Amino acid sequence: MNFTLKVWRQKNRNSEGRFESYTATNITPDMSFLEMLDAVNHDLVEKNQEPIAFDHDCREGICGSCGMFIKGRAHGPQKGGAACQLHMRSFVDGDLITVEPFRAQAFPVIKDLIIDRTAFDRIMQAGGFVSVNTGGVPDANAIPIPKTIADEAFSAAACIGCGACVAACKNASASLFVAAKVSQLALLPQGQQERKERVEAMLAQMDKEGFGSCSNTYACEAECPKEISVSNIARMNREYLKAALG
Amino acid sequence: MGTFTNIYRSSVGKKFIVGLTGLFLCTFLVEHLAGNFLLFVNDGGAAFNEYSETMSHNIFIRTVEIVLFLAFFFHILTATILWWRNRKARPKNYTQNHKSANSELASRISFLSGSIVFIFLVIHLRTFFVPSRFFPSENPSMYDLVVFAFSSTWYCLFYLAALVLLGYHLRHGFQSAFQTFGIRGKKYQSLVEWIGVIFWLLIPLGFASMPIYFLWTTHFGGMN
Ligand code: HEM
Ligand code: SF4
Ligand code: FES
Repeated sequence: MNFTLKVWRQKNRNSEGRFESYTATNITPDMSFLEMLDAVNHDLVEKNQEPIAFDHDCREGICGSCGMFIKGRAHGPQKGGAACQLHMRSFVDGDLITVEPFRAQAFPVIKDLIIDRTAFDRIMQAGGFVSVNTGGVPDANAIPIPKTIADEAFSAAACIGCGACVAACKNASASLFVAAKVSQLALLPQGQQERKERVEAMLAQMDKEGFGSCSNTYACEAECPKEISVSNIARMNREYLKAALG
Repeated sequence: MGTFTNIYRSSVGKKFIVGLTGLFLCTFLVEHLAGNFLLFVNDGGAAFNEYSETMSHNIFIRTVEIVLFLAFFFHILTATILWWRNRKARPKNYTQNHKSANSELASRISFLSGSIVFIFLVIHLRTFFVPSRFFPSENPSMYDLVVFAFSSTWYCLFYLAALVLLGYHLRHGFQSAFQTFGIRGKKYQSLVEWIGVIFWLLIPLGFASMPIYFLWTTHFGGMN
């Protein structure tokens, strides 16, 4: 397969970026999108040109680093997968594919497709933890938790912090990310002590970082590679109301 | 008071205010439509005029009216602050953004639909509320004001367009408010959707029946 790529190139944080066109040739349908970029970069290096910078690590949809906007969608035109899990068979031979970094005030572009996602880390530092003495490994059944609750907490904990929710949201809101992190702890016994402070502190940090607010368009859920449900946002709102009024 | 300012300072808190005032405005739409149906009583407007007289003198109604104006004020102010902050959260837009793949149009144009409803509101108050409340002696009865306003095709078309936008606003807004309050779950979801239909479809249709009826009777007359 052959493709024409229109890729955002930006030298550093402070420089103006622009789109550059590239051709990707001899691409097989079972290559991942990142492998296709590797091939393009290989050609660029051979021609003594600067390769396209993009974030990646696990290449199996668990680290959350590979987010980019592909053909007008966060992580590209697939449901429930990260850019590294996107196969070139999702495109038609000869396609023009526009590739841009995730865009948000709170996620400044560092270089080309790489963004600075440390705003998420600061939200986590504001309250996304439990303060307990970890000590030895506790007995697995010491704290009984109903299966339905455990499943619910687990599906919230599946968030990989990729930022696609922010990228897809018209308001660049981090609500789905924060809601997932608030939920995974609010649902479990270990998260109870700091429950009130947590939701208030994390939301305050979200506002401070310059993310937008939630307009309930649910674009985040549709684009989330882990299909985190917006019912977590409803839970976060409940948690916030209880904390603020109580 | 401290609690309120704290809530208002946060973005989720602002959404609560928008949702709460929005749902209050929805209850007002019900009352307003119910009263307006008196226009269809075939008595040359007597019942409707009496209703509108009562509304402007009853002390209880006058108090609720103040709450209503405050609700509009805070709804619009808060929604505008949110909209402004949300715009600043993405200073540079995407070159290609396939929004329809992940969200519904109504949910993305709340500010536009709300703004048109606001423009409508100003004109609407100017046509009916201001003359009858502040200059009652110089003006004809409310019924005659209605008949006159709806004899203009342009006025009716504007009215209908605004109602379509109101429908859009509430198609998203009504169910959105429940999500904002955290009321969500299999139990509630379909109930909220169904009650939502009343607000985004039936109520705007009800309001639309009035300009259509009066435009029809003045232009193709003969009914009274
Ligand atoms: C009869 C008039 C109106 C009614 C019944 C109404 C009702 C509602 C409701 C129920 C919501 C949902 C709140 C939520 O998601 O929590 C909403 C949202 C909104 N309204 Fe209105 N509204 C009206 C007029 C207006 C006007 C005049 C504006 C002017 C700007 C406006 C702007 C907005 C905006 C921007 C939102 C979305 C806020 C967000 O999601 O961030 N509305 N409205
Ligand atoms: S909620 Fe989904 S889209 Fe958002 S950061 Fe987590 S995994 Fe990524
Ligand atoms: S590279 Fe780890 S999620 Fe894509």
